[in-house]
Amino acid sequence: MKDIFDFNIGIKKNLLYLFLGGLLLCLIGVYQLVNSGHAHEESTEIVTSYISDNGHSEYHWYKRVYSNLWINIVYFLGISISAIFFVAIQYVSQAGWSAGILRVPLAIGRWLLPGSVLMLIVFAITNHDIFHWTHEYLYDKSDPRYDYVIDGKKAYLNLPFFLGRMVFFLGIWYFFYVLILKHIAKEDKLGGTASWEKLFTISTVFVVFYAFTQSVAAWDWVLSIDTHWFSTMFGWYVFASWWVSALALITYMIIILRDNGYLDFVNHSVIHDLGKYVFAFSVFWTYIWFSQFLLIYYANIPEETIYYVERLDSDFYYPFFLVNLILNFFFPFLFLMTRASKRFTRFLKVACPIVLFGHFIDFYLMVTPGVLKENGGFGFLEIGMLLLFLSAFLFVILNGLTKLPLVAKNHPMLDESLHHDI
Amino acid sequence: MSDKGVKFVIGIYDDEDILLDAISSVRGKGVNIHEVYSPFPVHGIEDRLGYKRSRLSIAAFCFGFLGTCLALTMMIGMMTIDWPMIIGGKDFLPLPVFIPVTFEMTVLLAAFGMVGTFLVVSDLKPWGKPKTFDLRSTDDKHVMAIEIEKNSMSEIQLKKLLESNGASETNTKLMEE
Repeated sequence: MKDIFDFNIGIKKNLLYLFLGGLLLCLIGVYQLVNSGHAHEESTEIVTSYISDNGHSEYHWYKRVYSNLWINIVYFLGISISAIFFVAIQYVSQAGWSAGILRVPLAIGRWLLPGSVLMLIVFAITNHDIFHWTHEYLYDKSDPRYDYVIDGKKAYLNLPFFLGRMVFFLGIWYFFYVLILKHIAKEDKLGGTASWEKLFTISTVFVVFYAFTQSVAAWDWVLSIDTHWFSTMFGWYVFASWWVSALALITYMIIILRDNGYLDFVNHSVIHDLGKYVFAFSVFWTYIWFSQFLLIYYANIPEETIYYVERLDSDFYYPFFLVNLILNFFFPFLFLMTRASKRFTRFLKVACPIVLFGHFIDFYLMVTPGVLKENGGFGFLEIGMLLLFLSAFLFVILNGLTKLPLVAKNHPMLDESLHHDI
Repeated sequence: MSDKGVKFVIGIYDDEDILLDAISSVRGKGVNIHEVYSPFPVHGIEDRLGYKRSRLSIAAFCFGFLGTCLALTMMIGMMTIDWPMIIGGKDFLPLPVFIPVTFEMTVLLAAFGMVGTFLVVSDLKPWGKPKTFDLRSTDDKHVMAIEIEKNSMSEIQLKKLLESNGASETNTKLMEE
């Protein structure tokens, strides 16, 4: 059994190709955008009439680049923090079955630091173009573009407080991650149960902290794009999307590692449990998604329905709306329903990437209509940016995988994981 | 002894580890075990007894699907076909509105159907008479029942086999059909 992940030159080469491919597609996408000018201008004027974008800045081609950057940053950062959350809940619940596989989500957490830095940089560049509320004139009563509603939210949505929250959340999350890493490394060296007990306490505090801050982060980073609109389900909605993506990635990585001769003790029962996680939380995501939709659909209050009008009444976004539901609900629900499909890796190997892509589409739908209105598009730029981020993300987490042995040596419940049987 | 009923050899076991090993070695001798009764779930006992996977989940799916169909038929029949009504400005066929009820009916019928199916197939139905080979299997003993006629060994041979595998006690019991 290979104990240390070998991040060899072959994998690095493939990641480089992925990166270059993404870059190429991005450049093609940008080239198209610059040359097409305002080709979308006449399309779907119905939508614009619904939207009360008094004084919303004009559409420029680079807004689409910014919007894509933001989608990818939120998506990958969310996967990374959710993987750390996965590690934490395994310790909080004192779970034994997962003791042997925890190094994989732990490695996914390595993206947290570069992801956070990228997020701050991109926010500094793009704030006016993505977040409508950052414009000063909205709060100036003498300006004709003054917005009464947004002014009412000023106590919460102002730049210092927003940035403070962002830095505070990312900082504390990273602090907990470093603590968890430190104690796991200590456990490998010293053995005993002292580290494990310490990790229990750290994880408990982290889970409570994360439960609050994740919701607030979701309001800040995604919900505040549609500044007028609000939904009390939104924190959970984003959580569900992040969480199921993280679970799908963890499952997929474990299966791929197993196929390549690592983690060979992972038996069908562990795979089954991971598959159940992906299945169950796909349904959970649907539940949250639908709860948000149904109440707004039924109450039929204009300020609330605008969010769905932008997505459902648009010729461009409507197909994505359906694809989102098909990829994230109907497909995993029907495909992973039987026991065999969760126990054998060839089913999960198909399902996990599709679920991951489905949730990328989910974030695309959360961000794009709010930022670009009717000028949204899905082409080379979107795919290229995704590949670009994916290659960087994979590089960081695979590199992180080499830093610690793949299996915890001294985890007190390792035996339970090795003989997990359900 | 009367001719009515079926004769069983019963082995009583005190410990589940001994029981599990006994099941393997008894089955290894080609003996057909009728059933094993234990006061609590014993991990891995289905594999040792060579049970096939329960088809209860298929029953659950069928009942659940039935619930989905019934709920949709009911609501579409009432709200769309029989007496169309405009509620909250929605269409006559507001599918999103039907989903919660459909979901509840699916869960309800799946749950009831599954419990009912389980009770019927495991002889716990109200009109059925559960077979109790030894009352102590509801307390602290594990009971292994072997039907004599279905096996080539004689009663005495079977008892000896069970005792050699750690049974603390062996009996013969006549069960009514």
